Amino acid sequence: MEFFATLITVLDSTVRLSIPLLLAALAGLYSERAGIFDIGLEGKMLAGAFAAGAAAYITGSAWAGFGMAVLVAVALALVHGFASITHRGNQIVSGVAINFIAAGSTIILGQAWFSQGGRTPTVGGDARFNEITLPGADAVRDVPILGPIYSNLISGHSILVYLAFLMVPFTWWVLYRTRFGLRLRAVGENPAAVDTAGISVPWLRYRAVICTGVLSGAAGAYLALAMNAGFVKDMTAGRGYIALAALIFAKWKPVPVMFACLLFGFLDALSIRLQGTPLPLVGRVPVQFMQALPYILTVILLAGFIGKAIPPRAGGVPYVKER
Amino acid sequence: MSVPYAKLPRWVDYGLIPLINLIVAFAVAGLVVLLVGESPLRAAAIMVEGAFGRGQNIAYTLFYATSFIFTGLAVAVAFHGGLFNIGGEGQAYVGGLGVVLVALNLDGVFPWWVNFPLAVIGAGLAGALWALIPAYLQAKRGSHIVITTIMFNFIAASLMVYLLVDVLKPLGQMAPQTRAFAEGAQLPKLNWIIELFGAKIRSAPFNISFLLALLAAFGVWVLIWRTKLGYEIRTQGHSPKAARYAGIGEARIIIITMMISGALAGMMALNPVMGAQNRLQLDFVTGAGFVGIAVALMGRSHPVGIVPAAILFGMLYQGGAEIAFEMPAISRDMIVVIQGLVILFAGALEHMFRPAIQTFFASLGAGRSSVSPNEGRA
Repeated sequence: MEFFATLITVLDSTVRLSIPLLLAALAGLYSERAGIFDIGLEGKMLAGAFAAGAAAYITGSAWAGFGMAVLVAVALALVHGFASITHRGNQIVSGVAINFIAAGSTIILGQAWFSQGGRTPTVGGDARFNEITLPGADAVRDVPILGPIYSNLISGHSILVYLAFLMVPFTWWVLYRTRFGLRLRAVGENPAAVDTAGISVPWLRYRAVICTGVLSGAAGAYLALAMNAGFVKDMTAGRGYIALAALIFAKWKPVPVMFACLLFGFLDALSIRLQGTPLPLVGRVPVQFMQALPYILTVILLAGFIGKAIPPRAGGVPYVKER
Repeated sequence: MSVPYAKLPRWVDYGLIPLINLIVAFAVAGLVVLLVGESPLRAAAIMVEGAFGRGQNIAYTLFYATSFIFTGLAVAVAFHGGLFNIGGEGQAYVGGLGVVLVALNLDGVFPWWVNFPLAVIGAGLAGALWALIPAYLQAKRGSHIVITTIMFNFIAASLMVYLLVDVLKPLGQMAPQTRAFAEGAQLPKLNWIIELFGAKIRSAPFNISFLLALLAAFGVWVLIWRTKLGYEIRTQGHSPKAARYAGIGEARIIIITMMISGALAGMMALNPVMGAQNRLQLDFVTGAGFVGIAVALMGRSHPVGIVPAAILFGMLYQGGAEIAFEMPAISRDMIVVIQGLVILFAGALEHMFRPAIQTFFASLGAGRSSVSPNEGRA
């Protein structure tokens, strides 16, 4: 029973830790499926987290923070779009630039506005996304096996967790069952064909990066207002890149993206859980190794076991209309 | 891929457009300063004064520039091969390990002029090996080099913390750093060069690795533009298809290019570790690996552009420290913003002003053709 309780705890933190990855990876999905590589997920998340922390502190409302996060992340996504769609710049370079701009300016503005060394003041109450207890969670708590699963694992998360999981079927539906989704996938594979059909390639791609902005802003808001109680500098800590790895690992498909993010979240949860505990056979593992584990596993996963990850064919290539 | 833009005179392509991009980047940085509630003009004045005002400051500016020349060259070499090495930060960090292996073992045995070349080899080798794994994975398994090198930055940080805390730290010491090196592993300073011009310098870490950096810049020029390997690297970067058709081994070029790039990034460690702090400290790279990206883009991946770009960023680092002192609202992190803006405007948006400039030049001389046939883009 001890093992089961531990398992539930680890799975519970798996869910918590995979949500920012899931939102960010779905964000990247829209953009990359439309042929715009986005290494700037990290920066958009970070800027979103800062905007969420700042706005939630000032207004006292978590949803105002959420809105601000989305706004800021969409603005950065549009900068990326402006560089890579309108001006046909290098998409990787543009994404890297956005990461630096976000990393630096969040600290500068945070320090100037709140004077707490680049943090935003701690928020609580309505300014955070608090845990929701689903109906009946307390009643079934004592039922063996199913009780803890329902009341600890399924219930007791913030609204953004449920929204994030809902985004998976929603994204699938948008991508495979709507006209917009069909065109989005087409523009990532063969923009010339889309252009020939009389559909504007830039406008379609701009809509895709706006979707990316909305979701990466949501990921940032989750980090600042649900997982933590305010913005802390560099709080994304490479999650944007891991989300990108999850996206590649999942071959740019929504449902596999969810499983990939859960896997990365699980590894993260496990490494936190195992810190300091001696393992059988190997003994005490250095804490730094556990910290590096998600990154090492990302490399290993990218290197070997994904089979062949074929990116959208037009990904990373600016579209030049013939003239 | 077709080049969607018409040709312009060389001086416009390599001089005017980069300059305009740079000015715009700094103007936007000025807006951030305004947003924080300080005067951008005063900030700029403090910065220039802080970077070049006295001999002492010039020495510091050049000390920082030394690191950036190495990391800038590292990124540039990879760019020529069509690879984006974001791992300079990690490669430089691990390069410190190569330096320290030489320094800790031989600093009491040999004088500096024997240890210095050995440390150069150690640093280069360590950096190259750290770049080898992502390179191999890109070449053989097709895993995206941008993501793997980023992951290797994180892994390098963890590895170095582990080594410094658990292995390299002397017993009975609290701070996670190695013991101080003896005289044999301390690089001579170059401050006397600045003093030749009449300035007085109390102490500054400007050291002989600056000369090594200039040598490396020359070496990169020779490699890229004057050797067969350089030609193959550029072919691969320009058109992988053409390279394959010409029988250039793709995997071989990827691995060699990345190892050269990693070696250059690794050598950056010499400057702070043997030249200034005389011990290996936590986080001694302080973002220099990332600055290299901005430096390479600004310098258009050419050593002649990279050296001044590195000095400009050295100025930002040194002058930025003075700004942080005078304007507490503007911390050192301002550099990261400027870096991002330079990467954005000099890199991703490098063509933003081109159509307007083209129209301008077209209207200047409608009859005179401004096309020079063998003009390529760096």
